[in-house]
Amino acid sequence: MTRFLARRLAWFAITLFVVVTISFFLMRAVRGGPFDGERRLDAAVELNIKARYHLDWPPWRQFLHYVGPFNLDEHRAEFLGGDGGRVFGGVLVGDLGPSFRYRDFTVNDIIAQSLPISVLLGLVALMWALSLGISAGIASALRRGSGLDVAIRLLATGGIVLPNFVIATFLVLVFVFMLGLLPVAGWGTLKHMLLPGLALGAPFAAYIARLTRTGMLEVLSQDYIRTAHAKGLPARLVILRHALKGGLLPVISYLGPATAGILTGSLVIERIFYIPGTGSHFVNSALNRDYTLSMGVTILYTVLVYGLNTVVDFAYTLLDPRIKLEEE
Amino acid sequence: MSAAPDPLVRWSIGAADAERLLAEAAKVRGESLWSDAWRRLRRNRVAWWCLLFLAAFTLTSVLAPLLPIPSPVQIELNALLLPPAPPWQEFGGRGFTTEAFWDLGAVDRGMLGLRQWIFGDWQTGHWLGTDAKGRDVLARVIWGSRTSILVALAAALCSLLIGVTYGATSGYLGGRADNLMMRIVDVLYSVPFIFVVIFLITIVNEYRRTLQDYYGINREVVFYVVIGAIYWLTMARVVRGQVLSLKNSEFIEAARVIGASTRRIIFLHLVPNVLSIVIVYLTLTIPAVMLFEAFLSFLGLGIEPPKVSWGLLAVDGVEAVSPLYVQWWLVFFPAAAMGGTLLALNFLGDGLRDALDPRLRGKD
Repeated sequence: MTRFLARRLAWFAITLFVVVTISFFLMRAVRGGPFDGERRLDAAVELNIKARYHLDWPPWRQFLHYVGPFNLDEHRAEFLGGDGGRVFGGVLVGDLGPSFRYRDFTVNDIIAQSLPISVLLGLVALMWALSLGISAGIASALRRGSGLDVAIRLLATGGIVLPNFVIATFLVLVFVFMLGLLPVAGWGTLKHMLLPGLALGAPFAAYIARLTRTGMLEVLSQDYIRTAHAKGLPARLVILRHALKGGLLPVISYLGPATAGILTGSLVIERIFYIPGTGSHFVNSALNRDYTLSMGVTILYTVLVYGLNTVVDFAYTLLDPRIKLEEE
Repeated sequence: MSAAPDPLVRWSIGAADAERLLAEAAKVRGESLWSDAWRRLRRNRVAWWCLLFLAAFTLTSVLAPLLPIPSPVQIELNALLLPPAPPWQEFGGRGFTTEAFWDLGAVDRGMLGLRQWIFGDWQTGHWLGTDAKGRDVLARVIWGSRTSILVALAAALCSLLIGVTYGATSGYLGGRADNLMMRIVDVLYSVPFIFVVIFLITIVNEYRRTLQDYYGINREVVFYVVIGAIYWLTMARVVRGQVLSLKNSEFIEAARVIGASTRRIIFLHLVPNVLSIVIVYLTLTIPAVMLFEAFLSFLGLGIEPPKVSWGLLAVDGVEAVSPLYVQWWLVFFPAAAMGGTLLALNFLGDGLRDALDPRLRGKD
């Protein structure tokens, strides 16, 4: 188990290094910077801006400064020849640098403001996906071949084949314009979270429903379920206590990819519903050429996705003793 | 010790017998995997109709310049946001021009010329309505399918080439090389690719002039390559797993015992078996790529106007929905076209899996 985690950590370090290095040098290689506006800047102003973001340094120094763990500007450690005001800095100590566009903010400020919103949205979406998906999957497995089963499967396929912004539009049409139940956009109260969460979670709910259905069908045909029925347990208990345990295993292994998908899917949903989350910041930063911000968000999401996948793999082995970590 | 009868002598057969046996064997026609699969697929009603639907759809999109539909980019200021008018209300009229088209290839221009020769300037009415600039929705959906299908096929081809080569090599080499190659795939897997792709596309945008003028590479080509470069990962894993399981199976051993060369084993025994899974996986990759194109178009990083794609159309449709008026046809028809195609691809994928799965062979 320790070996598994250690190996995961080592590969994580390599992954992160690759992502940081490639995106850093791509970013520096780009000819036009965020400061090339319509008007040409005054030479002195340009020099000042370049000095402010250390763009006048040689690339290797910029890179080391960005990666860390040691700060390399004038406040660097005394043994590096600075005044020792700020010894550490860079990605390795969680400092993602200043934003190129929002001059008064660091990337960390922006992420600290927006990440809780995205996480909350993601959690709401995951909740929707799990509750809708699992209940629909169970219902469809228990009433196999009935009209309900067909309807659920059709809906689930629809959820998989339509882009989530189209699903969001249909949801807005029904719940906002036709029924008038929920607000159309914005953020703040629970009411604001329901619709974006549902739109974001819908494709995953559809997939989870399919997985649950297949898993349940397989489990329900097994001997121990027949035994449970035969010894007189109420059907509800058999399903909830015996069948669900095995039937949900595929869903658990899907949770890692699903969470990653929900995180990335929120790029679109946040834009539709005007939610000030990390996703919308990322898209804006890419369009604004705010390279430090988009790089920071990319790094953050790499960490999140990798961490979540490891946790899910780990949880999976706890739930299903037949799977061994070392054999992966 | 009495001499045992020589087995070779005991079992030997005359030359005439051998020839007769060989001739008999030659008469028996083995059933190939593909003809078997084809028969099976034809028997699967849903998958068969999906295949026909997809074939018809692809044909329509390829022949789009020949169809007497309006130009997808012709702006008509006196026909803004018309609701759908079915053919029996307004069958068609004159007014087709080729002025507003973007730079088409030679073949497309030829087909447009042929279309003008056949139909003149006659065009169908706005059967599916018009959008906010008076452009015909039917024409846009059909022309949009060209881009979407092209993106999907190009990316699928990319993923096919890279994935199969990589996976088969990794699986066949085994050992250390396999381990290293698969670890690289794992690393790439854990990168949130949408972020990287968006990052890459913004950077490519900076250089678009240079790329376009000096190398003739436009944004779409970059787009295809980038998408293909993502989707090969799963393909490589799938192929490798299959090759690993087949490498030591009996029929490969049997082939080796008979004396088949390594190349023959790979190309006549391993590849066909891997291919079935690859095809099934391709039918699942194409929908994913189409959705990804829509996703990027939504963010303004995909196909650019004046070209059309389903993603762009869906985005236009989404923007047309507001509390004041609901132009449902702008979102419904592109979504229906996309949803229908992806649905058909999904069903076809399921059908193909059933048809091609060797374990089901010979059973019904």
